[in-house]
Amino acid sequence: MGMLLETREITKRFGGLTALSHVDFQVEKGQIASIIGPNGAGKTTFFNILTGIYPPEEGQVGFKGRPLLGLRPDQITSLGICRTFQNIRLFANMTAVENILVGMHCRVTLSMAAVLTRTPKFRQEEDHLLERASTLLEVVGLAAKTNELARNLPYGEQRRLELARALASSPTLLLLDEPTAGMTGGEAQSLMALLRRLIHEYELTILLIEHNMRVVMEVSDRVTVLDYGEKIAEGKPAEVQKDSRVIEAYLGRKRWGKAAEETNA
Amino acid sequence: MGWLAALLNRPGPATGLVVAVIGLSSYSVAHFPRSFWAFLLFQASILLLYFARMAPWLKLSLGALTLGILMPILGTINGYYLEVATQVGIFVALALGLNIVVGLAGLLDLGYVAFYAVGAYTWAIFGSPQASKFIPETLARFPLGGEWFFVFLILGVSVGATTGVLLGLPVLRLRGDYLAIVTLGFGEVIRVLANNLDKPINLTNGPKGITPIVRPPLFFQPLLEALGIPSAPTVLYPLYFYFLVLLIVGAVILVNRRMEDSHIGRAWEAIREDEVAAQAMGVPLVRMKLLAFACGASFAGAMGVIFSAKQVFINPESFTFLESIGVLTMIILGGMGSIPGAILGATVVTVLNLQALKSLSLWLNELRNAGVTILGYNLANLPTQLEPAKYERMIFGLILILMMIFRPQGILPARRRMRELGSK
Repeated sequence: MGMLLETREITKRFGGLTALSHVDFQVEKGQIASIIGPNGAGKTTFFNILTGIYPPEEGQVGFKGRPLLGLRPDQITSLGICRTFQNIRLFANMTAVENILVGMHCRVTLSMAAVLTRTPKFRQEEDHLLERASTLLEVVGLAAKTNELARNLPYGEQRRLELARALASSPTLLLLDEPTAGMTGGEAQSLMALLRRLIHEYELTILLIEHNMRVVMEVSDRVTVLDYGEKIAEGKPAEVQKDSRVIEAYLGRKRWGKAAEETNA
Repeated sequence: MGWLAALLNRPGPATGLVVAVIGLSSYSVAHFPRSFWAFLLFQASILLLYFARMAPWLKLSLGALTLGILMPILGTINGYYLEVATQVGIFVALALGLNIVVGLAGLLDLGYVAFYAVGAYTWAIFGSPQASKFIPETLARFPLGGEWFFVFLILGVSVGATTGVLLGLPVLRLRGDYLAIVTLGFGEVIRVLANNLDKPINLTNGPKGITPIVRPPLFFQPLLEALGIPSAPTVLYPLYFYFLVLLIVGAVILVNRRMEDSHIGRAWEAIREDEVAAQAMGVPLVRMKLLAFACGASFAGAMGVIFSAKQVFINPESFTFLESIGVLTMIILGGMGSIPGAILGATVVTVLNLQALKSLSLWLNELRNAGVTILGYNLANLPTQLEPAKYERMIFGLILILMMIFRPQGILPARRRMRELGSK
């Protein structure tokens, strides 16, 4: 089984802070892999490196067997990696369908001359884009909100629109940064059901950052735990759950608790 | 105003009203050529036409009739109106160019007039004896012939675009305030260059400016004479430039609309909304920003070429920082990112500048000369410093402040395109 995404020895420092330290990581095609860890563990930093927002100090990233480092974010997107953001970053003053159309930008093959002269190819391609956008809106259940401004959508729908926008670039690897943040249990469940459907329909591989443990344990094929920029555990959800270092990372070590008590006293 | 909107919404009455207002206003301009109000009504009729609901072909032909036939006729009755209309056209093209950079791509450019200057100097230098001051006579003779004007019109587009890219390259990583400051500096650099490049080689003739600049040839004059239409160059040139500007404005509007309604326009707007997200969604930031700068600048370059030929004389004074701010005022007033807004904004500001304030001064002068007394104050004692025409910038400032408070989105804000998606 070939690895779709592979990182080796990724290290990222911000000044004196080491956000990621020698992280080896792999995702197999067709899987849902989750990254968990306490706040500030370096999860989002890891996403930002994968998508080219900033370069790591050391290490390598391989996607479908080719190196990614040094490529711009838009080049990485056109290779087939697309993401959503932890704090929703939609194009607020554009409509839902326009947001999705922007997501398709890297798949548009029209030249500027075709745009200016409105060749038949332009009409054809534009129609095709609109058709795909309409399908995507239906998939995430926003068909009725086609012409609604993104900023006027309620929170849950904004999350789903962001997902649809990421899907619009036809990715093979989808990076989701806390997709269920701020959702109720029911909403999170239905989102996960949707993701499972998408994996089959669009032959996706999903990399998930998530705080909702119920969701993580339920959907993940593999879970990776980061703490202070280091990978402390990896494996099937059930294995990771029992790992003593993971429990420590989340609940704290006993002697830390004691130290805290002492300083309080 | 509710009744007017309701009236304009019904095709039949709307057409009637528009035709009536166009007819009435043209008639009154023809009979009272010096009346500011008559000409204002004429302009309002075009606005009315824009808002009226009617068949597209009818709207287009009425527009063509008003701008293509009525306006030139009225222009021969009062030449100043034609000058106003031409100036409006020039500023509409500039506003539409800046609208791409600021309104669509969200890149605040405070030195836009620099591209206009570059275009203007491109033709001014070679279309006048100026070029012979640094190019030996054995190579070429200057000024170039009038027919070269059209070559330079296209050259103006590409020189503008190139300058746009040159400005764009170093500022790609800057945003917001930082970008604004750099573009402001760029605008000043171009003006100062124009002001000082008379030494060591005399390229621009410095503050004295360049004159006389060759105008395009009146290639249709023999035809008019054959038809028996009297045609003195003094009558023909204003009309010629009016139509030239009208043609280019039409082309600029077309380019603007097509760009806006395509993946390129959407990418620009995405950059304006959120640069990081846009790039993460696959929008190549560098290419798209440079394209926005180049597009906006190319319109200004072309208009610069026309401006220098029309004025016959240019100097650095025409390209000051205040001119850049003036064009920015137009798109803020009209509505950022909105094509009709940019057109309306350019018209309102130019007319205010060239006509409204002047006629207000004129009126006040008449009152003063007549010694009219208002509330016990004899206007004859009014100091001449209080002339409205001298308060142009203050009135601009007031407009901007009031707009920002009461209607920050502009008079005709950009409307989102509503899409009817096929239901399967």
